Amino acid sequence: MTEPTSEHVVSYGTYVRVWMALVVLTGLLVVAGRLYHESLSVPALLTITPLKAGLVLYFFMHLRYERPYIRGMVFVALGTLTVFLSVLFLDLSFR
Amino acid sequence: MTEGAEHAEHVHKDREAAKIGMWLFLFTEMLLFGGLFILYSAYRSRYPGDFHRGGQQLDYVIGVVNTLILLTSSLTMATSLTALAQRQRRRAVFLLTTTVLLGAVFLVNKSFEWSVKFHHGIYPSSPELLARPPGEILFFGLYFTMTGLHGLHVVAGIAVLSVMTFLVARGRITAADPVKLVNAGLYWHLIDVIWIFLLPLFYLAA
Amino acid sequence: MTSDTAKAPSYLDKQGRGGILSWVLSVDHKRIALLYLATMLTMFCIAAFLGLLMRLEHLWMGGKLFGPRAYNAMFTLHGVIMIFTFVIPGLPAVFGNFMLPLMIGARDVSFPRLNLLSWYCFITGIVLAISSLFTGAGAPDTGWTFYVPYSLRSGTNVTIAVLAAFVLGLSSILTGLNFITTIHRLRAPGLTWQRLSLFVWGLYATAWVQVIVTPIVGITLLLITLERTFGIGVFDPTKGGDPLLYQHLFWMYSHPAVYIMILPAMGAVSEIIPTFARRTVFGYRAIAYSSIAIAALGSLVWAHHMFTSGMSEVANWVFSLLTFLVAIPSAIKVFNWVATLYKGSITMAPPMLFALSFIFLFSIGGLTGVMQGALALNIHLHDTYFIVGHFHYVMFGGTVFAFFAALLYWFPKMFGRMYSQRAVVVAWVHMFVGFNMLYFTMLILGYMGMPRRYYDHLPQFHTAHVIATIGSWPLVAGIGILLWTLARALRHGAPAPPNPWGGVTLEWHVPSPPPPENFETIPKIDGPTWTFGPGASR
Repeated sequence: MTEPTSEHVVSYGTYVRVWMALVVLTGLLVVAGRLYHESLSVPALLTITPLKAGLVLYFFMHLRYERPYIRGMVFVALGTLTVFLSVLFLDLSFR
Repeated sequence: MTEGAEHAEHVHKDREAAKIGMWLFLFTEMLLFGGLFILYSAYRSRYPGDFHRGGQQLDYVIGVVNTLILLTSSLTMATSLTALAQRQRRRAVFLLTTTVLLGAVFLVNKSFEWSVKFHHGIYPSSPELLARPPGEILFFGLYFTMTGLHGLHVVAGIAVLSVMTFLVARGRITAADPVKLVNAGLYWHLIDVIWIFLLPLFYLAA
Repeated sequence: MTSDTAKAPSYLDKQGRGGILSWVLSVDHKRIALLYLATMLTMFCIAAFLGLLMRLEHLWMGGKLFGPRAYNAMFTLHGVIMIFTFVIPGLPAVFGNFMLPLMIGARDVSFPRLNLLSWYCFITGIVLAISSLFTGAGAPDTGWTFYVPYSLRSGTNVTIAVLAAFVLGLSSILTGLNFITTIHRLRAPGLTWQRLSLFVWGLYATAWVQVIVTPIVGITLLLITLERTFGIGVFDPTKGGDPLLYQHLFWMYSHPAVYIMILPAMGAVSEIIPTFARRTVFGYRAIAYSSIAIAALGSLVWAHHMFTSGMSEVANWVFSLLTFLVAIPSAIKVFNWVATLYKGSITMAPPMLFALSFIFLFSIGGLTGVMQGALALNIHLHDTYFIVGHFHYVMFGGTVFAFFAALLYWFPKMFGRMYSQRAVVVAWVHMFVGFNMLYFTMLILGYMGMPRRYYDHLPQFHTAHVIATIGSWPLVAGIGILLWTLARALRHGAPAPPNPWGGVTLEWHVPSPPPPENFETIPKIDGPTWTFGPGASR
């Protein structure tokens, strides 16, 4: 086990750029959510929101810089939640 | 798996273990809120009109402002780690303090929102609410539960980060041993992620 | 036998100023394991006593002994205590805590203080659960499943009981979190995943289920509290809530929970069978991966508890199919255990006796489970004694028998004493006969139509009820003999050698009982830790 020296240090610039992307995406989200027709806004919400969450997970929470097995664990957790939701709708959608 | 070949036995503090442990804890938070998201999805699909009407009664401006507040607090949180790693202790303390303050402003906004709703007679089991269609009752039930649970987590996050700020200021968290701050940061970012999902669900449901 | 005549240091020796504080403040995984063991056996006896009382009520018709309110509280508490304080913590809390670090060549788990916190949560949950008996309107009468809308309306102490379960869930999560991290980070040099003992694989799969699904029941129980207190409406039909959604969320945890119960049990059996057949386990990889498969598939079958609840037909079909599928990895294990016995040199020592009984009893339980997975059968069998018989076969005949098998297997290691094997065999005979008399009769009762959770029964069920109740007596007597024999052995048992059974996994390479630090030097592993004969590690 290596002695604790440097964690992967991410530059200020990278963080600020990610933040700007998040702000822009939030703006898009609001526009899509409020100003357009339902048929456009729901898919927009369903893509922009996970994208924002993904940016936070990947950059702010350093998943991009971690070893693959930690990313794998996150995938297992979120994947399970997604599967539960999807399988639940086998009941709800067909009643 | 390469991480197994390294043996952490002789290391007094195993950073990788602390990180794994923290992520596992975050998974439990994701699944805890996940149950509520599941309920939201189920009821939204059942009462789309009522949820739409409920969303119209929430002020999306405050929602967006709060989102920007939390996103910025995540920025200050993340950059505080950079500052710490570059041994810029003062800057790290400044950034952490800002994070805590932003969190506090978020909570103040939230309490305004809630008190406005209470003032209009909208709270769980209120006569005004019970007179509404079932989908609206559920919309607001979920609204108070989910933003309430989220708010509790923000309170906890503020408490944790305040302690971390103190420890950084005192030199007890350093570039050589940033684990506590890294993990506290992960918690704070998760709070942000959960809010990222709450925003469209409630404020942009219209 | 240890070569030095001086007494080797043991984790049981007086530490610091000794006394109870040196135990309840200890972060030594071995002491924490014993703390769990003592607490859990106590809770088991309390819940078993409640079971005995319920059976007594059915010796007569008409609810002459306790009546409906008390009976409902009894089966609720019996379920809550057994499930949340015994079977779910189960083998991980005792044998996982004790053996995991030893089996991977570590000195302790990754987070020793969190481990102690886990036990504190456990105790807190127990205190909360017990307190629900003595305040207000008394113990909850909703069944351990707390179904809405009754759990929202019942005047009994549902809120406290539900919070107790929440805290107990926290204990489970912390244990799982600790074990996952430990297995990833503290394996001895050279100990690759394919060299791990199968008990560790079982613990690993279980730990993931604990971490991932427990929070779901956590929020669900919290919502019951919020409903009862604030009337949110999410489960209340008068406000548009859907009681079926409660059932979905509840079973999303509670079904995988049964795999939390059984996977470590299967892991222990995978240790015991090879040792007492003196053969390397057959199909190591199949058994290891089937643990993961059971955890994964088992998380997808929850709604088979809801076939008659009013779900869509599509859901019924899908969950029925998935339920059939999840039997496959379990069957793979059974085949491999039996194949391990083939051409083995078999010793019927007590651990082996219990492990073999496990295979038999669990198979009956598993097969009756598959039967219930068939939609047409389920309509007839749901909420009858068939279900009760089924889950006692898997939880009791399965997990609890495996728990006792593990206790008998690892007792010499944990306490440094041997026990009277003859007395244990006598205990086993009582238990095996009593168990089948009690629970097989229930399968028949259920098929005949006797509903579960009823304090009274119709005349056509009477004979079977009497038989079942009579069967409960040797069962309990046998458990009593078993526990008494082990208690005696603590004081009067012959000193145990490091490896009384001839096992090959790493825990047998340390003295019995182990020293506080487990290993003098951390071993270096150059081969599998689970093989017999040439090629075994060290």
